[in-house]
Amino acid sequence: MAGEKIGVYVCHCGSNIAGKVDVDEVTRWAAEQPNVAVAREYKYMCSDPGQDLIKRDIKEHGITRAVVAACSPTMHEPTFRKAAGDGGLNPFLLQMANIREHCSWVTEDGAAATDKAKRILGAQIHRLPLNVPLEPIEVPVNANVMVVGGGIAGIEAALKLAATGKKVYLIEREPSIGGHMAMFDKTFPTLDCAACILTPKMSAAGKEPNIEMLAYSEVTEVDGYVGNFKVKVKKKARFIDTDKCTGCGLCTEACVVRKVPSEFDQGLSKRSAVYIPFPQAVPLRATIDSTRCLTLTGKKCKQPCVAACGPAAIDFEQQDDTVELEVGAIIMATGFELWDSRKEQRYGCGKLDDVITSLEFERISNASGPTGGHILCKDGEAPKSVAILHCVGSRDENYQEFCSRVCCMYSLKFSHLIKEHLPETEVYECYIDMRSYGKGYEEFYKRIMDEGVNFIRGRAAEVTDVALEKGEEGHLIVRVEDTLLGITRRLPVDMVILSAGLAPRADAKATAQIFGFGCSANGFYLERHPKLEPVSTVTDGIFIAGCCQYPKDIPDTVAQAGAAAACALALVDNATVKVEPTISYIDHEKCSGCHICVGVCPHAAIQYNEEKGVAEVVEAACKGCGVCVAACGSGVPQQRGYLDEQIFAEIEGALAV
Amino acid sequence: MKYLYFPGCSAEATGRAYDASARACAAALDIELVDLEDWNCCGSTSYFSIRELESFGVSARNLAIAQEMGGMDLIATCNACYTILAKTNRYFMDDPTLHEEINEALAAAGRRYDGNVRVRHLLDVIVNDLGLEAVSARVRRRLSKLRVACYYGCQLSRPMGTFDDPEFPVTMDQLVEAVGGEPIDYPVKTKCCGGMLMLTQEDAALKLCHEVLQGAAQKGADVIITACPLCEMNVEAYQPMVNKAYGTDFHIPVMYFTQLLGVALGIDDRTLELDKQLVPVGGVLAKVPV
Amino acid sequence: MVELETTEGVRQLHKIFLDDVYGIPGGEKIKLCQQCGTCTGSCPTSYLMDYGPREVIAFFRAGMIEQVVKSNTIWLCTSCYYCTVRCPAGIKITDIMYELKRLAIKYESWPDESKNPAMSKIFIDYVEKYGRNYELGLMAKFTLTQKLSLGWKFKNLGLKLFTSGRLPVKPHSIKGRDELTKIVDVLASKEVAQ
Repeated sequence: MAGEKIGVYVCHCGSNIAGKVDVDEVTRWAAEQPNVAVAREYKYMCSDPGQDLIKRDIKEHGITRAVVAACSPTMHEPTFRKAAGDGGLNPFLLQMANIREHCSWVTEDGAAATDKAKRILGAQIHRLPLNVPLEPIEVPVNANVMVVGGGIAGIEAALKLAATGKKVYLIEREPSIGGHMAMFDKTFPTLDCAACILTPKMSAAGKEPNIEMLAYSEVTEVDGYVGNFKVKVKKKARFIDTDKCTGCGLCTEACVVRKVPSEFDQGLSKRSAVYIPFPQAVPLRATIDSTRCLTLTGKKCKQPCVAACGPAAIDFEQQDDTVELEVGAIIMATGFELWDSRKEQRYGCGKLDDVITSLEFERISNASGPTGGHILCKDGEAPKSVAILHCVGSRDENYQEFCSRVCCMYSLKFSHLIKEHLPETEVYECYIDMRSYGKGYEEFYKRIMDEGVNFIRGRAAEVTDVALEKGEEGHLIVRVEDTLLGITRRLPVDMVILSAGLAPRADAKATAQIFGFGCSANGFYLERHPKLEPVSTVTDGIFIAGCCQYPKDIPDTVAQAGAAAACALALVDNATVKVEPTISYIDHEKCSGCHICVGVCPHAAIQYNEEKGVAEVVEAACKGCGVCVAACGSGVPQQRGYLDEQIFAEIEGALAV
Repeated sequence: MKYLYFPGCSAEATGRAYDASARACAAALDIELVDLEDWNCCGSTSYFSIRELESFGVSARNLAIAQEMGGMDLIATCNACYTILAKTNRYFMDDPTLHEEINEALAAAGRRYDGNVRVRHLLDVIVNDLGLEAVSARVRRRLSKLRVACYYGCQLSRPMGTFDDPEFPVTMDQLVEAVGGEPIDYPVKTKCCGGMLMLTQEDAALKLCHEVLQGAAQKGADVIITACPLCEMNVEAYQPMVNKAYGTDFHIPVMYFTQLLGVALGIDDRTLELDKQLVPVGGVLAKVPV
Repeated sequence: MVELETTEGVRQLHKIFLDDVYGIPGGEKIKLCQQCGTCTGSCPTSYLMDYGPREVIAFFRAGMIEQVVKSNTIWLCTSCYYCTVRCPAGIKITDIMYELKRLAIKYESWPDESKNPAMSKIFIDYVEKYGRNYELGLMAKFTLTQKLSLGWKFKNLGLKLFTSGRLPVKPHSIKGRDELTKIVDVLASKEVAQ
């Protein structure tokens, strides 16, 4: 449209753009382009003075369109659009031209970069006259929040939100909440007993009226969008009526199937087919393992559990039950898995007796564990020497490249626990670097040094039982180079603990897909921005907290859970949320009702109207991906802000330089 | 099934039993081995230590001949030959400069190589091409629970791990099971025997052989089988010296895996050159019913 | 010819070797070494080495190449590849060891106790002469010229091998000896040029 007055703002971005692109030249060139009323350059457009330039020009020069040639729109489009709005111009009459990520940062030659910057800017100048004002769509927000995962992160987030009066659904796939922390013995660096600090929170979560706990449940489907999620949750059948069950445990003692390896005890003890995972379970209800129960697998059983149950809570006919819950925000707190040490065959995990993983050691050391808290080898004797090997599966390009953060600290903790239980036992820690970065961590390290633990700087090469020298028979031999001495040593020990790293859950990627966000290269959930938005995802309304985002210790997990709760609260505490209007619309006059767009929409945002015989866009669900625009053979669906003529204008503008 | 065959320098000397038994087994399994014409030494680790390019060139001549003979898969039996030939092949394909230089040299000798020969180990071919079922079907003398320590040596599955795990391979164990034997699980199955070090620094090599023998003995091995003439030589021929140096009393027979396979396939002792073994195998074989 | 005795000579040598190592596929990874010690811990002969593989890499990165080339380390490497397979940074240590061997041969620098260079030279002489290794010749020549004590130690074994036909007297000569010579000559001239 003729008569528009465009304001052009070329940002230096410090030296990020100006270091490669000749910004003065670009500004001078822009001033000469048709419809351009004002052309300025500035060091940091996103700063207050920078934004003020735009606002002032709207007021004083009456500009009707604006383009900011700077960084990526994903960085600052909201910033500049808000500035335009504050200045009195409809925000959608401002465009950004990305001359940083798309230009200065990826071009070697300065002259070529300047030319490219002109083209990128030219495209926007050319299309701006075709922009029309748009108003954001306001959608109502459901005030409920869902927390997926009942470990310390999930529990913490749920409690914080419940305290503000919001209703929280806490979904946990295991029969009890508590997660990995419930398995630990003492926690570093304070040596608090994990259960002692966790169980009050578990109990509070169980009693909190604002928290509806769905334990032994899994999310199967997620639909909807920010403020309006519809989540299908499958409540798995426990085959126990949870209203009648008191958690007395008599059924577990009566059960005839007694040799099932206990998952909670890492397979070191046995449980029955009907079981309570651990005594402090919340909710304290029994569960029947349908893969082991004789009755449920079609075999004969006298069902002593039924006889033992006073309240008659056993119900073999129980079915899975799927419910649909509506929430405004979701917090993912699904935690981690321990990296499988059996993959590193040279340490003999799974083959050699007394080569154990860190979680196995937590259970052995724990007073409520399989050995009653006595540190014992498989033969029932206390070990006289123990080696703790760091970095198993971590910092290794053959396995997990990243450092798992907590292993150095938990290894130190193990040393302490061993020395506490068995003061005469020699403890060796084979490490590469000692990472004791947190509050009180370095002091803890010094304390362990003071306790007489032997620190050997060297990554263990192998663990075998082949005795070559005197005194090695009957021992496990750890071969390691003591790099500080420059000597290769053979350590005969009775027990080897593998400090394996934390790994993303095996189904992390599948889970992320159900919810509609992604994972990073190392397999953990991807945050929106690694520094500034660590608990948000690219999907509005879905937040992450805890080890599912990246390995971390308990203090950081609790902090992140609080942060995610705050983000969720900021969203659901409002009655409405604004959704971008750059979405699709369908001209009923032109639509032939062929259904192609209905099938092609990845967000199920197009419905077929039987009466009118045309397709209709569900505005609130549309994410503006543009697939329907491309798919329609007649070119009927159009995306506001990305109309065909606008895109053609951009192309013309870029080629005209 | 037809393959080109690279016997290797040891095949005519210390490793002749390997060559004899390999040929006998191949015949019994209907695997046709066509000798590589006028093959030359693969270069072995020694050549590679002195001169890199020439080493590749010397090795590549064999690959060029293989290509001329029809480009079938080339089987090596010695671990070192296998690794050097496979390594030459791989680097030749990955590095364009090397590719050019080698072909320039080969051209001077009237040959050329285009990279279309695959280098295989005999163990890989028997277990993966022929298949364990086919082998099992031809067994005449099941090894009835003979406790066998499969000693792979360091260069069968390392560095490339083409057909098995680099540190804990299982191919030979699977073969032993298929012929009725009981492969024992011991951690030193791919530990280096010392190789050429036996000549240049024998105390080091004896120590390494001690570890292998101890590892096998500790798990109750009746016999050790190997896939490399150098490994066989070190672990078998030097057993008395290991005993002397370490005060041990090892008398474990050591055979090539093809010799043991041959016994299972019903081939006679003479063909398998079992009489050439320095630690007598008679006692062990007495356990195996005819 | 680079002089090993001068500081400048060592610096030059370090640069030559650096370029060489970076030329190996994946050779640049040497910069990623964490000095974790897995290589030395895995090496079957590290207990005898002046410096284990980890230290060799540390020396190399510090520019102190002469110590490395004068040590017995590289000649104790049996190229068993444990280090390469286990290195968490993916460094091809064995290939670097081979490179160091060639460098040491080129600058004629190795400790007296290391007999490997001599043996390797005898080996390739036979290969170039006959096209194949001549085991009896190799063992005989080596023990006679380098390690008489070894000959004495192994005399019984040698006799046993000989009488059982495992050590033929006559070497096998291939037909294509000229081909080999031509191949080697072409490539030798290239190596000198590098």
